[in-house]
Amino acid sequence: MAGLGFACLLLALAVCLYRIGASLYGVRRGRPEFSESGRRAVYALAGVLTVAFLVLEVAFLRNDFGFNTVADTSSRTTPTFYRAAAVWSSQEGSLLLWAWLLSLWSSLALFLTRRRMRDVAAYATAVLLGFAGFFVSLMIFYANPFATTRPAPAEGVGLDPLLRFPTMMIHPPMLYSGYTLCTIPLAFGVGALLARRVDADWIKAIRRFAFAGWLFLGAGILLGARWSYSELGWGGYWGWDAVENASLMPWLTATAFLHSLMIQEKRGMLKVWNVSLVLATGTLAIMGTFLVRSGVLNSIHAFGGATLGVPFVCLIGVLIAGSIYLVVSRREMLRSENRLDSLLSRESIFLANNLVLVGLCFVIFWGTYFPLISEAVTGQESSVGPPWFDRYTVPLALVLVLLSGIGPVIAWRRATLANARRNFMIPVAVALIALGGLAAAGIARKPLALAMFCAGAFVLAVVAQEFVRGTRVRKAMAGETAPRALLSLVQRNRRRYGGYIVHVGIAVLFIGVAASSSFQHATELQLRPGQSTKVGAYTLRYVRPTASITPKYDRAHTGSTVALGAEVAVTKGGHRVTTLNPSEGYYSSGEASQGTVGSLIGGQPVSHVSIDGGATRDIWGAIQPNIESGRLKKIVEAGNRTLSPDEAIVAIGLLAREYLKHAPPAQFHFIVSPLVLWIWVGGLIVFLGGLVAAWPAPSLVRAKAAARFRARSSRELARA
Amino acid sequence: MAVLIVIAVFVLIGLIVLVVGTPLRRAALQRAAAAAGGAAPPSGETSEEPLRRAELEAAREAKYREIRDAEMDFRTGKLSEPDYRALDGELRAEALRILDALDELDRASGREGSEQIG
Repeated sequence: MAGLGFACLLLALAVCLYRIGASLYGVRRGRPEFSESGRRAVYALAGVLTVAFLVLEVAFLRNDFGFNTVADTSSRTTPTFYRAAAVWSSQEGSLLLWAWLLSLWSSLALFLTRRRMRDVAAYATAVLLGFAGFFVSLMIFYANPFATTRPAPAEGVGLDPLLRFPTMMIHPPMLYSGYTLCTIPLAFGVGALLARRVDADWIKAIRRFAFAGWLFLGAGILLGARWSYSELGWGGYWGWDAVENASLMPWLTATAFLHSLMIQEKRGMLKVWNVSLVLATGTLAIMGTFLVRSGVLNSIHAFGGATLGVPFVCLIGVLIAGSIYLVVSRREMLRSENRLDSLLSRESIFLANNLVLVGLCFVIFWGTYFPLISEAVTGQESSVGPPWFDRYTVPLALVLVLLSGIGPVIAWRRATLANARRNFMIPVAVALIALGGLAAAGIARKPLALAMFCAGAFVLAVVAQEFVRGTRVRKAMAGETAPRALLSLVQRNRRRYGGYIVHVGIAVLFIGVAASSSFQHATELQLRPGQSTKVGAYTLRYVRPTASITPKYDRAHTGSTVALGAEVAVTKGGHRVTTLNPSEGYYSSGEASQGTVGSLIGGQPVSHVSIDGGATRDIWGAIQPNIESGRLKKIVEAGNRTLSPDEAIVAIGLLAREYLKHAPPAQFHFIVSPLVLWIWVGGLIVFLGGLVAAWPAPSLVRAKAAARFRARSSRELARA
Repeated sequence: MAVLIVIAVFVLIGLIVLVVGTPLRRAALQRAAAAAGGAAPPSGETSEEPLRRAELEAAREAKYREIRDAEMDFRTGKLSEPDYRALDGELRAEALRILDALDELDRASGREGSEQIG
């Protein structure tokens, strides 16, 4: 089967090369049949890459350790659920996933634009297939997912236990869908510049893909944050890790673009800015992939192997140089058709929002690539940590949240101070009430958090006011009931109200971030069974040790050999609140040198975090048992001497029993964070709002609305 | 197994050629038919007219959206009545210019003006 997979890669490369040549020939020579043939080649590419992906997926599910990548990242003890996801845990598999998703999204983009912008689409698909060809070439020449070893090993190394988490099934495909979708606007942007058609049509065509990329990337980022929080033992959801930052940067520029493209649609302004944002977003998406794949920066997400660094640097160099050349050489065509009518207008607020978003992106870019820049300049590697990022990003985020509240109440083109005053009255009053209430509750000791809460309250009040007023208008116009009026208001103005919902989500998310990071209580200490500690207002008592042996009793279903943990009772003011059950999973290393018993638990141990979540606070606990203690170590050593591999599990049973009877002191990490839940709720609201805004209006409704406005325009203009 | 893989690869190649080659084959047949009938073969030149039309239609949709947004801004109290009237008139005049350009395009291409107003 490996032969079939590799043949698919060769066919994919041939299809890419044909496609690029056919498209360019077709558009240059005015031979549309070649452009059409090229477009169909993208469907063919999607077909062969689907076959290739299925071949690899089947190899994982069948435990075919003849495939090197299966042997390196899966094993018989890896649960089936995670074996299916293990495809994209390796460098080779994730490159295949990237190329496959790109081919699917490209096919969809070309299918939807098959009757429009043929000249732009021809160049765009050449660019998309250029990307696909690049990734397929990487697989053929550097990281072949179908490389085999014969005879096949009897057992594989197993999936990295850190990745045995349900979110990991969906996080990478979401993120990669986001990255690949971000390259579609880039490709169409390049196509529009090459074809010299930078009108409203190409903006309209790419908007939905930019939106989809933004949605997928956002969902991927959120799922990654959830994984960090629930799975990694460090207790946070965001650590300014290089790979996290890499996914956030294109999301920020895509957010800026989705706002500024409205200005171009309505006013014919910001053409240079928009096309630059599109090109930057696509390039940052490729750079994000580069960071994960090249191994140039240390990250928990990086998959090692610096072999891909040079090809990626070349691609990024071409993208940056090409983008600059195209924008500069087409600057005459990109002139604005209008100027800002007033500084007090939604356009100017969007412009300010764009500057903040790009500023945030720049800060994160600098902080992320600083180690590389520093090493290149001084020869010494140095890096910046979360405090550096927080210093710049927190004030910018605060301004961003404020702007997301100001924008919705300012009219397009021109607004008057009197109107603005009237519209701001209620939201400002709500923010002031929040300020007073929170200051009275003692929140004032954290001024930045207090400012974020007030800004959040302001945004929520603005959006609530907008919904109430819009519903009233709709009620008065159509004579509908309030719920019906609200529904039709959103249905008829999906972009506007979907956007408002997104703003609510952002405000809620940032309130959660500000609360959980500013008012967190954390402690790391060693406890023996029976001992207690205080974290914030809570008392946590190590009640008794716990142990479970795979597979029947493995509560986390991650395929660990044994999980040793603790039962921790949480009380507040003498009343029982909850019980935490953190544990640490020990996994097989497959290393014979560690002995028959030692190898069963010699892999990377992984913390199984226990969380009691709630609307007001999360109580988070992790444990690191000491299995190096005398009694436990003796069992392993004796087992190594006397037991065969088949019998070794007996020693693991003894070890678990000994741990339950005489548990050595364990290292605990407890965190009590307020409002963490609202980060995930905010993220979900953003996602739902995005779906509302991106959902296409039914064509019938659109046609009716268009007809009504045509009729009204003509009547009123005839009267004028 | 090896034989099956070879067969599968050839099937894939056949499918790719079929999918990718269809437009080329169709164009070749059209050219042959045109040559046999004495007519000039289709040039395949990309006409500017559909591109201009797509551009104007996109601009028209954006303008309608802008008119709707301005109305919503007025009704929800973000624009004063005089400002709204002035802005609405301006937007409708811009919409009319786009509709005129579309009509012009229709006349030039000999089509019935589907967006005729008045």
